[in-house]
Amino acid sequence: MTRDGHGPGDRGEAVLAIFKRGADFMKQLMDDNETMRKRLGDLESRQQTAARDPDDWEGLRLELLGRIEDLEQEKHSILEQLRSVENENQQFAERYLEIEEENNNLANLYVASYQLHSTLDPSEVLKVILEIVINLIGAEYFCVYVCEEEGRILRPVAAEGGSVADFPVIRLGEGPIGESVVNGDVRTSELSPLGPAEGGAPVVCIPLRVDERPIGAIAIHRLLCQKDGFSALDHELFTLLAGHAATAIFASRLYAQSERKLSTIQGFIDLLTK
Amino acid sequence: MAGHRILIVEDSPTMRQLLVFALKRMKDVDITEAQDGMDGLRKVTGDHFDLAFVDINMPVMDGLKLISLIRGEPHLASMPICVITTEGAKEDRERAIALGANEYLTKPIQANKVLAVAKSLLKIDI
Repeated sequence: MTRDGHGPGDRGEAVLAIFKRGADFMKQLMDDNETMRKRLGDLESRQQTAARDPDDWEGLRLELLGRIEDLEQEKHSILEQLRSVENENQQFAERYLEIEEENNNLANLYVASYQLHSTLDPSEVLKVILEIVINLIGAEYFCVYVCEEEGRILRPVAAEGGSVADFPVIRLGEGPIGESVVNGDVRTSELSPLGPAEGGAPVVCIPLRVDERPIGAIAIHRLLCQKDGFSALDHELFTLLAGHAATAIFASRLYAQSERKLSTIQGFIDLLTK
Repeated sequence: MAGHRILIVEDSPTMRQLLVFALKRMKDVDITEAQDGMDGLRKVTGDHFDLAFVDINMPVMDGLKLISLIRGEPHLASMPICVITTEGAKEDRERAIALGANEYLTKPIQANKVLAVAKSLLKIDI
């Protein structure tokens, strides 16, 4: 027996146990190695099989092509939607501009009719007509005529760009102005909006009529230099003037006559009663 | 108090009404009307305005005289002025600009142009 209490048999057993553990560890490593080799072999084999099998590749290819086609269709559909939205936006923008223009035109027409009917003084009505033709239509040289002598003649009563005396008295039915009043048609000459300065046919004849009764006419001979043609609004204004200016002139003249008659009658009554 | 004060100096009631219609489409505007140059001068010197629309051909005092008098007043020198006139010739425009007008619109006017010029002179985003 040794001094530490362990005999030679015990030491041998301990060494054997160490060797056994080493052997076990080595065996474990060998087993793991073998498992890894096997798995690697399987993977290589599956890869080679897949590469060699054309059906698998075709299936995969078709699947991918199908997916690409789906994506293409989706892209196409999205692009279509985008185009449709852009188109709609464009239409909205155009519509907005149209409405803006319509609003502007309506404002002009409203102001013109409001001003025409804002007075019963015949001279004020003529002044308003001149203002409208200058400021809203853009005329530089023109004349306003009213019917006299039971509607047989058109007498110039107001003018811009020249004197009333520059414009002749016109018989109803004669010349472009007289004919326009008889027919009730607005006549415009789009070919030469700047027109001749004096004399000659006017560029625009606006007949002033209440129902079928001729009241007068507006003859525009020359437009302002910055005005190079007639817009849709101008044509609307011609139509508005043809009706509203006629009514305004007619109403103001009737009112003036009634005022005169009233004061005459009042004078008679005063004479008889006082 | 309104955001922007605008003076319209124009002898034609039709034009004044049309300009008011156009300018009222802006938010927060207070519009004052003057019927000739003298009336305009009285109003512009007695009050504060951010912008003035001035006609050229007017009775009592014309628009060009009014513009030169406005520009002669130090506190009004920077007030934007837009001329609205029937005079479309280049020399008329140059004369008005030389006297101190910032913009020049010729008649017949379009409401959207008036609005665009007002917004530009008042530095409002369009």
